[in-house]
Amino acid sequence: MNAGEGTVPTGMLAAAAATFRRDVALAFRRPGQMLQPVVFFLIVTTLFPLSLSPQLSQLRDISPGILWVGALLSSLLALESLFRADLEDGTLEQWVISGQPLAVQVLARILAHWTVSGLPLVAAAPLVGASLAVPASAFGTTMLLLGLGTLCLSGLGAAGAALTLGSRRASVLLSLLVLPLAMPILIFGARGVDLAILGEPTRGPLLLLSALTILTLSLTPWAAASAVRISLE
Amino acid sequence: MATWTWFHKLGSPPHVYRIAGRFAPWFGWGALLCIVYGLFGGLVLAPPDYQQKDAFRIIYVHAPAAWLSLSCYTAMAVAAFVGLVWRMKIAHAAAAALAPVGASFAFVCLATGSLWGRPMWGTWWEWDARLTSQLILLFLYLGYMALRSAHDDLQRADRSSAVLAIVGVVNVPIIHYSVYWWNSLHQGATVMKADRPSMPTEMLVPLLVMFLGFTLFQLWVLCTRLRAEILDRERNARWLQEQLREGA
Repeated sequence: MNAGEGTVPTGMLAAAAATFRRDVALAFRRPGQMLQPVVFFLIVTTLFPLSLSPQLSQLRDISPGILWVGALLSSLLALESLFRADLEDGTLEQWVISGQPLAVQVLARILAHWTVSGLPLVAAAPLVGASLAVPASAFGTTMLLLGLGTLCLSGLGAAGAALTLGSRRASVLLSLLVLPLAMPILIFGARGVDLAILGEPTRGPLLLLSALTILTLSLTPWAAASAVRISLE
Repeated sequence: MATWTWFHKLGSPPHVYRIAGRFAPWFGWGALLCIVYGLFGGLVLAPPDYQQKDAFRIIYVHAPAAWLSLSCYTAMAVAAFVGLVWRMKIAHAAAAALAPVGASFAFVCLATGSLWGRPMWGTWWEWDARLTSQLILLFLYLGYMALRSAHDDLQRADRSSAVLAIVGVVNVPIIHYSVYWWNSLHQGATVMKADRPSMPTEMLVPLLVMFLGFTLFQLWVLCTRLRAEILDRERNARWLQEQLREGA
């Protein structure tokens, strides 16, 4: 790019790091908003024992499903606002004309979004797990799986959020777009938690979910970047 | 560059409008012939299955619908890709025309599968890998159509939904291979086996004819819907008004 006299052009990674720091800092300025998905996660997972059965043996059978559906829905909540404010105040346009690769900026945003919305869910998982009679020995695997799964979801969700920029009824549409694509995450994640509760090896689902996460994070930034470009045309 | 003129011509709405109009009747009548023959051969001539008796005959609708619901999605993604990369408006129109067709076939596949499952497995719905993937495919179609209708600006709708189609096409191989990944109630591949198909000829021929008939039917619907899309998109273009005045 055409850097001025005496200025050093910002490197790709430095620019991505700046975006990451800015996003995390902005999120920490509004702690209430940041905690909303976690509170939602706690409330949704409370609904299941109330509506099904408080018996611990039954709860243990269905707890992987409750954990994953709860986490999936909670992380959907935070997605809609992923690009909207930046579209309105022109930040996205600055991204495009900055000369930095847009996909890398999007990847930085995905990672920042996961740090402020995915990690709190992971941190809340033992609490929810304990209330659903998940044995403490399964907490570690559950948290690892949830961390991978929410990262994968942040990637898919970024593509969905970018695609629905400037459309009507964006939040419902976003769930319609993202949830079908997220089903493999749900399948592998819930299976892994199930195996961990039974005390069996969880290597298979862990590896599959890791592969899925790597694939998602390598492809969705490009899709989200081109969707951002389309929304600015 | 002469080899590329056919490709460039595909970008011109009047040309495609004429071509689609010329081919549509051939596809339509061909589809009718194939489907009538295939249904007669499949429902009357073919012997009953030694295990499933007459219930297996629903395969003559179920399998072609499954094949088309998948191939429509692939075609849609290819059209979307062409539209995105070469900025070809006709390709976007084709993708828009394909989506409801594919969604209908996915629905037909699920409905016939459910009817088939009732006598064979004793249940209307089984959470088996292929059924579930087919259901997800239907959801993908619905999401695609919803995204398209949520944008007011036609170009933005075209390009956003094209990105979604390309993202979603990752799901198509998962559907195909899921039958090998998970053990399930669903019977394994019957037709597309590498060695010889495990089906007698008098059962297989009507099925292949049905595949051909459904494909021709899909092409007929595509031509008709594509012409309607072009009419809608080019309604203010001069060539269209001249064409309509001539009564062509």
